[in-house]
Amino acid sequence: MPVARVLQKSALTLVLGVIAVMLLFPIVITFTNSLMTEKEININYGPIGQMKEASAGKANPYVNLKLLPDKVSLEQYGKVLLDNPKYLTMFWNSVLMVVPIISGQTVVAALAAYAFSKLRFRGRDPLFLIYVLTMLMPFQVTLVPNYIMADQLGILNSPNAIILPGIFAAFGVFMLRQFMLDIPYAYIEAAKIDGAGHLRIFIQIIIPMIKPGLAALIILLFVDYWNMVEQPLIFLDDPFKQPLSVFLSRINEGERGMAFAASMLYMAPMVMLFLYAESYFIEGVQLSGIKG
Amino acid sequence: MKMIMKNWLRKDISVAVMFLVPSGVGFAMFYLIPFIMGVIYSFMDNTIDGHFVGLDNYRELLASNSFRKAAYNTFYFTAVSVPLMLLLSLGLAILLNKSTYLRKWLRTAYVLPLVVPVASIILIWQMLFDWNGSLNAWLGSFGYARVDWMKTDAARIVVIVVYLWKNMGYNVILFLAGLQQIPKDYYETAQIEGAGRLRQFGNITLVYLTSTMFFVVIMSIINSFKVFRETYLIAGDYPHDSIYMMQHYMNNMFMSMDIQKLTAAATLMFGCILLIVLGMFALERRHRQFME
Repeated sequence: MPVARVLQKSALTLVLGVIAVMLLFPIVITFTNSLMTEKEININYGPIGQMKEASAGKANPYVNLKLLPDKVSLEQYGKVLLDNPKYLTMFWNSVLMVVPIISGQTVVAALAAYAFSKLRFRGRDPLFLIYVLTMLMPFQVTLVPNYIMADQLGILNSPNAIILPGIFAAFGVFMLRQFMLDIPYAYIEAAKIDGAGHLRIFIQIIIPMIKPGLAALIILLFVDYWNMVEQPLIFLDDPFKQPLSVFLSRINEGERGMAFAASMLYMAPMVMLFLYAESYFIEGVQLSGIKG
Repeated sequence: MKMIMKNWLRKDISVAVMFLVPSGVGFAMFYLIPFIMGVIYSFMDNTIDGHFVGLDNYRELLASNSFRKAAYNTFYFTAVSVPLMLLLSLGLAILLNKSTYLRKWLRTAYVLPLVVPVASIILIWQMLFDWNGSLNAWLGSFGYARVDWMKTDAARIVVIVVYLWKNMGYNVILFLAGLQQIPKDYYETAQIEGAGRLRQFGNITLVYLTSTMFFVVIMSIINSFKVFRETYLIAGDYPHDSIYMMQHYMNNMFMSMDIQKLTAAATLMFGCILLIVLGMFALERRHRQFME
């Protein structure tokens, strides 16, 4: 390669690298700060939220944003995991909501997506448009009727009030349909000539072919529901039923000393799943966009 | 052969029903019916034994200052952040599509913010944007005055930055896929015919990215509603005026049990989203005809 090309390529890599570092900065900070002792955290971040007036006139203390801890310690992790039984309870609460939502929505949505992409029937496209429109609605739009519905079904203050709407959300249908549109009819017709019914075609041909789509859907759903905040605050009164996402958003105030470690532990399953399935995820996301 | 085809098609409707039932029942129960109920409530004076009051709720809603503020802010936020998002993620995708080193790593770095939990973002947010935060410390070292980021109009900028940071990577992947779909010889032909860089970009790149762009816009709108989570957790029910969104308004109406205003606001918001989506579908259809 000519020198000029190498230089150009390096310069571009440098620019993109700087942007990458900026984007990753919050994650790195969370990690390194999770290894600080509680004392160090309090010294560094004590000034957060202090009144302006209190420090007016005097030298105003700034937050001391530090990348590397003075002393590496696992104190925060110990506090979260050993001294705080609530943390594990809520972690488990989160798991018990997220797992049924993901598995339920994936199955239900795949079935519906097959009908929307590979079967022809009257009213198919208008019906699908309705699905897409609800997908674009913020959660608050159907808040009142949903609340009344949950009340009538007797699932208020139970995780089911969150799990059931989660399973039937339109996003999965939308996403998996995009993938199934890419599968040529020829495959299906060939299978039909061999005498396969629709259910067999669905299980044996369609499902294996949309694996990237399923992976992408699972990751996106995981990210979304692992982080949910509004639904539990409205549908669950009992603080012990709350998922970790709600708990963590409150830890910041009183217990800053272990907040970083708690964040790391909370982030870990998502980041690991993401890195494990990244190639699938990217392939999946890309395919979903091409057909538009 | 034709006979058999026809038979299959006729059978499609009954098969479609089977595939659609699981999703359809739940979707109707948790999305469609609640939505219709919400629209009906918006014309009633009470959810129980209410009377039809025509447009009274809407009149009251439009007269309310906090609604107007929320509607304006939501519109403003979407109108600024979605185009900005398109611009930045397309720009990054174009750079990333050129030859660089470490491309796979850079891509991972761009997407990773998506999986960072809300709660961790909030910690960092406080560290950076507090009155005593690092951003002010940094500005101070250049001699600028402190800004109270979350309690002035600057809060808008902060929310837009967080939105861009979190969702850009996802769109970069989508655009990257779109770019890789464009045949390279189009550009070569254009070059031979003497088209400049800018003409090539306008007449080839943008034209072929239209359907990707369509998808990115839809996803960006959905994700722009999700910033509410972060905003809500950092600033509570009543944040600074400049970031008081429709979701805040609807949440607060729910808490004060003002169902009439809430459902009327939800219906109006739905109407706006419907117009946007139909407009985009129409644009896309015209584009498709143009391409053919």
